[in-house]
Amino acid sequence: MSFQPVKFYQTGTYTVGNRLLAPDERSVQAGEMRSNSISSGHRACQGCGEALGARYAIDAAMAESKGQLIAANATGCLEVFSTPYPESSWQVPWIHSLFGNAPAVATGIAAAMKVKGRHDVRVVAQGGDGGTTDIGFGCLSGMFERNDDVLYICYDNEAYMNTGVQRSSATPPAARTATTMSVGPEPGNVFGQGKNVPEIAMAHGIPYVATATVADLRDLEYKVRKAMNIRGARYIQLFVPCPLGWGTASHDTIRMARLAKETGMFPVFEAEYGEVTGVLKIRNKVAVEEYLKPQKRFAHLFGKNAHPETVARMQAIADRNIRKYGLLEEEAN
Amino acid sequence: MLKQMEGSQAVAEAIALCRPEVICAYPISPQTHIVEGLGEMVKSGALPNCEFINVESEFAAMSVAIGSSAAGARSYTATASQGLLFMVEAVYNASGLGLPIVMTVANRAIGAPINIWNDHSDSLSQRDSGWMQLFAETNQEAVDLHIQAFKLAEELSMPIMVCMDGFILTHAFERVDIPSQEQVDAYLPPFEPRQVLDPAEPISIGAMVGPEAFMEVRYLAHAKQLQALELIPKLADEFKQQFGRDSGGLIRTYRIEDAETVIIAMGSVLGTIKDVVDDMREQGHKIGVLGIISFRPFPLEQVRAALINCKRFLVLEKSLAVGLGGIVATNVRMAVSGTGLKGFTAVAGLGGRAIPKASLQKLFVQAEKEELEPVSFVDLDWDAVNKQLERERQTRRSGPIAENMLHDKGMSTAAKFG
Repeated sequence: MSFQPVKFYQTGTYTVGNRLLAPDERSVQAGEMRSNSISSGHRACQGCGEALGARYAIDAAMAESKGQLIAANATGCLEVFSTPYPESSWQVPWIHSLFGNAPAVATGIAAAMKVKGRHDVRVVAQGGDGGTTDIGFGCLSGMFERNDDVLYICYDNEAYMNTGVQRSSATPPAARTATTMSVGPEPGNVFGQGKNVPEIAMAHGIPYVATATVADLRDLEYKVRKAMNIRGARYIQLFVPCPLGWGTASHDTIRMARLAKETGMFPVFEAEYGEVTGVLKIRNKVAVEEYLKPQKRFAHLFGKNAHPETVARMQAIADRNIRKYGLLEEEAN
Repeated sequence: MLKQMEGSQAVAEAIALCRPEVICAYPISPQTHIVEGLGEMVKSGALPNCEFINVESEFAAMSVAIGSSAAGARSYTATASQGLLFMVEAVYNASGLGLPIVMTVANRAIGAPINIWNDHSDSLSQRDSGWMQLFAETNQEAVDLHIQAFKLAEELSMPIMVCMDGFILTHAFERVDIPSQEQVDAYLPPFEPRQVLDPAEPISIGAMVGPEAFMEVRYLAHAKQLQALELIPKLADEFKQQFGRDSGGLIRTYRIEDAETVIIAMGSVLGTIKDVVDDMREQGHKIGVLGIISFRPFPLEQVRAALINCKRFLVLEKSLAVGLGGIVATNVRMAVSGTGLKGFTAVAGLGGRAIPKASLQKLFVQAEKEELEPVSFVDLDWDAVNKQLERERQTRRSGPIAENMLHDKGMSTAAKFG
């Protein structure tokens, strides 16, 4: 991974500050060289993880492709908040077609660039978790198996936020959504359902699969840049907390993303040709409660009618992720 | 060059002559031979500068074509029946975005019951999708219409379906004149898009449009089709100059000058109809034919002008507006509204039911005498239908209709030949 050896963390957050890094490794939030592919003035909610993630992901892709980038977008929050005519926030050539076809549209763009000999022009496709793991899944799998030259970025906020917070196949167990209500003996989303699209992507044997969170923007930039230097189908699932859908404070977006990673609920790793090649280790392991409690979508697990057994099942999921991906530093190190 | 060949292969060669840059292929009968032919040409190198993409569904086929067309590549796909329905969301999207994709529809029935044979239900279901629809009568016309289609679509920046009867045309071997590359190049200029995804000039395509502008965008799609009404005859004239053949246009009439009865149809059945009309003309019947080539845009004025001097017309169509009657007939009636012309609808050939000359002659004579119901069904087995209706009256759990029909029809056939 990009910066595993670094051991100096900021107190409280356990994040690595820019000042601890060599200048060329630092994340630059604003600067002349930044393409600002999605410009200010869009209509995302305060604290939107997706807007932040898209800005860093697409800017990194723009930098790596030297500005020769075309983006396809699935229907969803990102599409809606960025483009009501005539107020497009996109500074890249951008197309939205449908909810479920962004990977195929991107395939078409890539084919057009290939046939026109524009090997310098690269293609990204992007969508939310509903557009990716559910309705766009057929097209996504097709794009993967053909190994089309497309980087697909899934902005995963774990539900259909644009339509009003309904369950998707990326919604975690126990989470309350508008279609997995917090009522009855087992409130929230059921256990044992949903799909792990990064692993399914790996099963296609594509050159590159990665997960990232908006808590680690440098890691995200590194992964996008790495992906942009590979030809063929590439997939990045980016964890983007949604204050509105999750019932979290706008200022807690980064914290929630960090806690998802530090609990093991969202394993951050990268894989090449189906093999895991690197994981972002947990720096300061915390119990899942820390992550679940601030979120209103899990509020039914705590308080008067608490469900400690459900919290324990969530902890078991996190622990399994930690074991499976080796997310904890070895003691000997 | 004159060749004896399968309709699908002829269309594949015609498409190749149009220098497509991206072809999306998904198998569905009866269009499959077209994309197979193109795939071989791309793989062998006979069709250079073309990407042939084996997609995972028709929805993806149209979506890939949307992407490639928006990126400035001449894009083509072919489908039929369930495939067309599976891609419908993208079909509307392609026209809404104004992307000049050309698609062959090898017309086939829509299930259930599943049926692979020809009728016009598939493309007619997309009559309001914003796509233009041209219907070929012969394989020669299918070849010619495809060449015209690219020019028409790209001139208007709107997509077009070239419809040819599944199996009847796609799988028929007949003589076809395949033009030379030089001829096609002289007729069809390279694709110059009105909008294109280009990093040098970033634009946003497909953004949300609210109530303040949506109606105007939709009207402009209609306006494009009105422009097509002017352009289609012009392109057919230019085609004739370049290729020396009458092909395309909005409508085509046959022995209509003094006709009192006019038969209206689309596609390959026009050939059978003309044969019957020839026979009847010899017997002294004043009967003629109006073939509709352009179903969308629908040539209201031309249809009205062609019918204005007749006494009655009969629309013979391979489609059924369930709960209403005819689809083509409804359009024709709009064209003649206010004329007081007597019109009949005959639904024929659904799911590949043969349309024999004898049945047509009987039908046309009835039409002449104005003895037809407003909507009639050619060669419908009323015994089987009535038996099922009676079964449903008698039995709550009357079972699957399709199976009952097959059983009853099998029995009657057995009785006939037993």
